[in-house]
Amino acid sequence: MLSVTVKKRRGSFSLDAHFELPTPGVVALFGRSGCGKSTLVNAIAGLLDADSGRVALDDIVLLDTEQRLYVPPEHRRIGYVFQDARLFPHMSVAANLKYGERRAPSQRFVSLDTVAALLDLGPLMGRRTHQLSGGERQRVAIGRALLSQPRLLLLDEPLAALDAARRDEVLPYLESLRDQLAIPMVYVSHDFDEVLRLATHVVLMESGKTIAQGGVGEMSLNRGLRSIIGADAVGAIVDGTVLGMDPASGLMRVKLGHGELKVEAANFAVGAKLRVQLLARDLIVATQAPQHLSVRNILTGVITTVASDDTDSDLVAIDIGGTAIMARVTKAATRALALQPGLPAWALVKAVSLRGHSFAAPPATSIARRGA
Amino acid sequence: MMWLSPSEGEALHLSLSVAARSVALSLPAAILLAWVLTRRRFVGHTLLDAFVHLPLVLPPVVVGYLLLVLFGARGPIGSWLERALGVELIFTRNGAALATAVMSFPLMVRAMRLSLENVDRGLEEAARTLGAGAIDRFATITLPLMLPGVLAGAITAFSAALGEFGAVITFVSNIPGETRTLPLALYTALQTPGGDTAAARLAFISFVLGLSGLLLSEWFARRVRRMLGR
Repeated sequence: MLSVTVKKRRGSFSLDAHFELPTPGVVALFGRSGCGKSTLVNAIAGLLDADSGRVALDDIVLLDTEQRLYVPPEHRRIGYVFQDARLFPHMSVAANLKYGERRAPSQRFVSLDTVAALLDLGPLMGRRTHQLSGGERQRVAIGRALLSQPRLLLLDEPLAALDAARRDEVLPYLESLRDQLAIPMVYVSHDFDEVLRLATHVVLMESGKTIAQGGVGEMSLNRGLRSIIGADAVGAIVDGTVLGMDPASGLMRVKLGHGELKVEAANFAVGAKLRVQLLARDLIVATQAPQHLSVRNILTGVITTVASDDTDSDLVAIDIGGTAIMARVTKAATRALALQPGLPAWALVKAVSLRGHSFAAPPATSIARRGA
Repeated sequence: MMWLSPSEGEALHLSLSVAARSVALSLPAAILLAWVLTRRRFVGHTLLDAFVHLPLVLPPVVVGYLLLVLFGARGPIGSWLERALGVELIFTRNGAALATAVMSFPLMVRAMRLSLENVDRGLEEAARTLGAGAIDRFATITLPLMLPGVLAGAITAFSAALGEFGAVITFVSNIPGETRTLPLALYTALQTPGGDTAAARLAFISFVLGLSGLLLSEWFARRVRRMLGR
């Protein structure tokens, strides 16, 4: 368990943050630029003095202002991947990678060979840092941080400085990091797609405050998210289990709640965890079992809430068996169908609209606590 | 060096020797002071800064005089040095090196500060998160990255030391073979009847020495830049 409480005042800005992350897991600090995410991460690393607070990782206390305890950054064993990589320009890639390793304690959990294989660093080893592309720089920075044998990895918008193509090049490496090394990570981002791909937990931040936190599924329904990512990006994120390939359609069958969804996705093994994003705007709600439709994906459940989204639409949450999904409907539809909590409902989603909205989910051990 | 007379050779050799000692003496202190003045904020910062720059604006004679007062045989530091370490400064080349070191110190610190200000502190922070303590960070990140400034400072100081006149002649006098460096020899030649040719030859030697120094420093700077990957 990583537990963080930090208060810091600097000029007119004040940071007042608190969050907890079950370990191992990936917590995304998510919020607009300038909301204090980087300040919070610097406080966790110890690079910034908190006015008051406590940072503890399992039973290791790194900061406790009440006890006047402050472990300096060089002794915290927290890996830090900066937005601008910060590779040492006077050293080769190999020397950069070994910098932290040489200073790490003798019991190692990850070796240079493992890291090189995981991040595909072999071909870069002999190069100078100024000969690397942006994506390569970040991979080296991640490798360097990992080799310092950290107890916790902080990633401060590691992809923000990269263009879309480079971002897609680095993201899979971050996913394999999450799945293959059981190291807790704090991932700062203002890009929701990255959160969707990587996080097990989300902490929402707004003007220096942590306003909500929880598992990715739970947080995808949080109302605070809408103002940051926009109405069209709102939608439930659900981790399901792959049942197999549907031979007729070539789509992957995924068990979600007590229902089933057919998704256009790469070929995943049976039993693998697949994360699906169901955008609220793509869901259609029916109050009777629909017939004679082209839609292949129908999830059944019970309406739990009907909340006003804006002047003419509502967000309807439907429990589909332990997990919730969310649909946006017009207020006129809410009235016509008399949508209200407790009512059975059928949610329709076109397989096509799920294109590009399904990813490998984090391993089950690090998935959020349920039903909180 | 066939084309130099014995006294010219002696003056040249002495100048180089004094300048080398002067740089060796001031280099560590200059690096430390450049770091303190760039990275630390404390009460008296401005005063210390001004004090370091003092030799630039004081007449060299005044510096020589102050050195005599402090480091002379009866001076508080000079008498202690002689008693405790057996080091004699007055009328010796070590004294000449001290005088030139003090005079060229501000030039050295300035060059290093410029370079240190350009060192990205983010890199030091990165080293810190990788487990490097303060001295470790300085030795492996800060110092290598400020190396261009250290070299520039050392070469500038060396060149200035070759030409220092006022502070040297005031503090350690003009003794052939011990403190009579090139500029002092040139001055002596000018004071001697019929010494015009000797003076011209010494001036020419100084000229060649200065030019070689500048070219050498440019060559060094390029190599260091390449090493730092720029």
